[in-house]
Amino acid sequence: MNTKKKYIQLSLFLSIIIFIQLLTYFTGCEYHLTQLTMSAYYCLLIIGLCLLMGYAGQISIGHAGFFAIGGYISAFLTTYDLSQYKDKTILILFSKIGAALFRQDLYGGKVLNFHPWAAALIAIILTIIIAILIGSPVLKLKGHYLAMATLGFGIIVYRIVLGTEKFGAADGISDIPPFPLLFGIEVNGKPVMRVWNYYISWSIVFITMTFLINLINSRVGRALYAIHGAEDASRAMGVDTREYKLKTFVLSAVLASVGGIFLTHYNGGIGPSEASVIKSVKYVAIVAIGGMANLWGSLVMGLILNFLSLRGYFGTYDDAVFGAILIIIMLFAPEGLLKVKLFDFIKYVSFRSKKSV
Amino acid sequence: MSLLEVKNLYKSFGGLQAVCDVSFNVQDGMIKALIGPNGAGKTTLFNLISGVLKPDRGEIFFNGLPIHSIPQYKIASYGIARTFQHIRLFPKMTSLENIMIGRHTHTKAGFISCMLSLPFTWKEEKLVREKSMELMKFLGVSELASIDALSLSYGQQRIVELARALACEPKLLLLDEPAAGLNMRETREMGEFISKIREMGITVLLVEHDMSLVMKISDEVLVLSYGQKIAEDNPLSIQKNKEVIRVYLGE
Amino acid sequence: MNTQLFFQYFVAGVTYGAIYAIVAIGFNIIYNTTGIINFAQGEFVMLGAMTAVTLNNFIPLPVAIILAVIITIIIGALIEILFIRWLVSPSVLRMIIITIGLSIVIREVALHIWGDGIYALPYFTGTALKTLSVGGVFISPQILWVLGICSITVIILNLYFKYTLMGRKMRACASNRSAARLCGINAKNMVTLSFMLSAGIGAIAGCIVSPITYVQYDSGTPLAIKGFTVAIFGGLGNSMAAVVAGLILGILESFSIWLMPTAFKDVISISILLFILFVKPSGIFGNKEALNLKEF
Repeated sequence: MNTKKKYIQLSLFLSIIIFIQLLTYFTGCEYHLTQLTMSAYYCLLIIGLCLLMGYAGQISIGHAGFFAIGGYISAFLTTYDLSQYKDKTILILFSKIGAALFRQDLYGGKVLNFHPWAAALIAIILTIIIAILIGSPVLKLKGHYLAMATLGFGIIVYRIVLGTEKFGAADGISDIPPFPLLFGIEVNGKPVMRVWNYYISWSIVFITMTFLINLINSRVGRALYAIHGAEDASRAMGVDTREYKLKTFVLSAVLASVGGIFLTHYNGGIGPSEASVIKSVKYVAIVAIGGMANLWGSLVMGLILNFLSLRGYFGTYDDAVFGAILIIIMLFAPEGLLKVKLFDFIKYVSFRSKKSV
Repeated sequence: MSLLEVKNLYKSFGGLQAVCDVSFNVQDGMIKALIGPNGAGKTTLFNLISGVLKPDRGEIFFNGLPIHSIPQYKIASYGIARTFQHIRLFPKMTSLENIMIGRHTHTKAGFISCMLSLPFTWKEEKLVREKSMELMKFLGVSELASIDALSLSYGQQRIVELARALACEPKLLLLDEPAAGLNMRETREMGEFISKIREMGITVLLVEHDMSLVMKISDEVLVLSYGQKIAEDNPLSIQKNKEVIRVYLGE
Repeated sequence: MNTQLFFQYFVAGVTYGAIYAIVAIGFNIIYNTTGIINFAQGEFVMLGAMTAVTLNNFIPLPVAIILAVIITIIIGALIEILFIRWLVSPSVLRMIIITIGLSIVIREVALHIWGDGIYALPYFTGTALKTLSVGGVFISPQILWVLGICSITVIILNLYFKYTLMGRKMRACASNRSAARLCGINAKNMVTLSFMLSAGIGAIAGCIVSPITYVQYDSGTPLAIKGFTVAIFGGLGNSMAAVVAGLILGILESFSIWLMPTAFKDVISISILLFILFVKPSGIFGNKEALNLKEF
């Protein structure tokens, strides 16, 4: 793809972000920005998953696990009271460099927590380590084995966060402090900060999108596509398929984790449902509807479907809607919404009826 | 000097001895053909040299370096490129993009530099594109550059696959039945390409069933039967070799 | 630990193991004829049990179970005909996603029909309080029912595949679909049949186990994961090995309660799944070459 097209797409994206904000401002439904902001953080995971599934061709039904790892670790570190350890050398060191700090809790007591930035850094590093540990054996697998292994990983994360008292078990973790950025701006869910947070979240998506678009139009993206198409031939051309798959897996895991970290600070809490299998399946569904190897398609679908889902338009049928979407898309349009394959079905039906006549 | 040295190679699948004690050399700058009846172990031998399979016993040296125990993807960076018996082009990519993959080992932009789109990656990308177009021109298929590789005709796909292997700038080119499925005119053209490639200084090792092509272009012929080497000589002597005639025609 | 407690855990492990084995056989039947893993296998188990519970309100238990199995078989056939049959050489990825979608939709439909309540069939004989004491070990009569019906199912299936024409046709499709088609076997019907068989087996498993484990709209997925673990453990497609693997997993899981809180019981079996996938994806009884021949 030429650079001109890239800039047109990116600037179009930027104008849509601004347009949506203005639209909510003038129509007086600025409260929609809350769900739009949350969608942005989910979109971060979705475009990462799109890179992994669509471009490198490796399915993952466990990405909610990475989202939860990011969210839970940063939530835990920023809320767990470390006061009892405050005399340990390492903590004194942490306090000195500002990685750990005292703050007031809800009841006015003084608690010692990790600074959100330090917590986020630790969460990302842990995500990378886990992704490498899981990814290196898992990515040797193909097809059903890969799908089941990633699904298994997702369930393990879910069970662990659900069964661990320190992570709040079924209630999750709440009262998470805001994530401070520059000039007193912070990632939190307060209505005064709503517009700010909308732009913060979508800026993160915008930057990530720019990086990923660059990536897929480069030597690396070409190699990923080659791995997807014919793994043996790409190895014969000198592509280290193991390394490329692993790096893509780690990259997508980090994006999921970052999404989890910011959403947790934005919501002020996280619960085990973020790690559930159905969430992972939803992400796969969105990438599939977007057209698999289509970053923009996944992003648009991620925005629309997450927004509708978060606003509760699907009511109690939320999960069923995503399940149905998955089936319908995969039956009639495995290449995404734009390339509909109704033809196969019609051919089959008409052939059948002719035969029976 | 021998570019490729194969020493006492063994490979078996279950109870089947596919390659048994095969040794041979390929001299720098020659075209060597590998022939033999179906199931003689030619493709297995090819897969062993290109690292797809690992030998049970024996050694392979390329330019004096052992290559029988290194991962498959590193073989290409040593200077060995191959084509496949059943064409393995990358689907949903244009011919040009397919050939550009061939430049993989000669470029080095990684994940981070590609994501940041650092200026050196642009230069690299431009060079890759130019070099690949050059190759397409050389093989006379430059008009196919922007066409989806899998929608090309069979003969064109073979040529694109050849261009992809050449894009690696190999010292040794392994061609697995380059004329399979081609008509007579295309086969003749393929023979001309192979001779031209040798003139560029690239050593060629090929498996081929088309005897007239083999006899016309190759400098040396190696005959395999049931996994064993039964003859190695120049084409003329091979044609007269009793053992070879027995294997091909029966007694 | 005393011997008595040991046997208590052992018996519980064997009971669960038998169920896992049955679910794994359901996976294998579909995998053998189609080369796909039906991610909705666990939902057949749930549907069978749920339908039986509802029917049991109106009709006697044996009739309710038989009817529930038949209904699940019909659902299995419908699923195959509507969603699988007409696809032209679908990719593995597509099939995975379709069956995952199906499992979610079935689960959600079940949620809307039965709500999120917990149901159970009554004990087939006796009650929960009545146990048989065998050498000091207390065994619920339902456990005998589970073991008995599981063994009978495995034996009947084996006889079916070995000695009946239909069974042989299905095996022919399993080993080479196009060759089977050339011999005049309608491969598509065999696929439908395999879905029906595996739905039926799943429903039986659901009915016999529900008095012990209870059933809820979402109890399919954990069972499916364990069934899959067992199927992989024994080597995908190998039903007799699945029985052995099922018993091993059931017993391991049962004893794992000593080491870890019950909340992590699933973590154990999934870790076993991951471990097998990483170390020997062909299963304990499978060989590597056979695995490479399977298309992915």
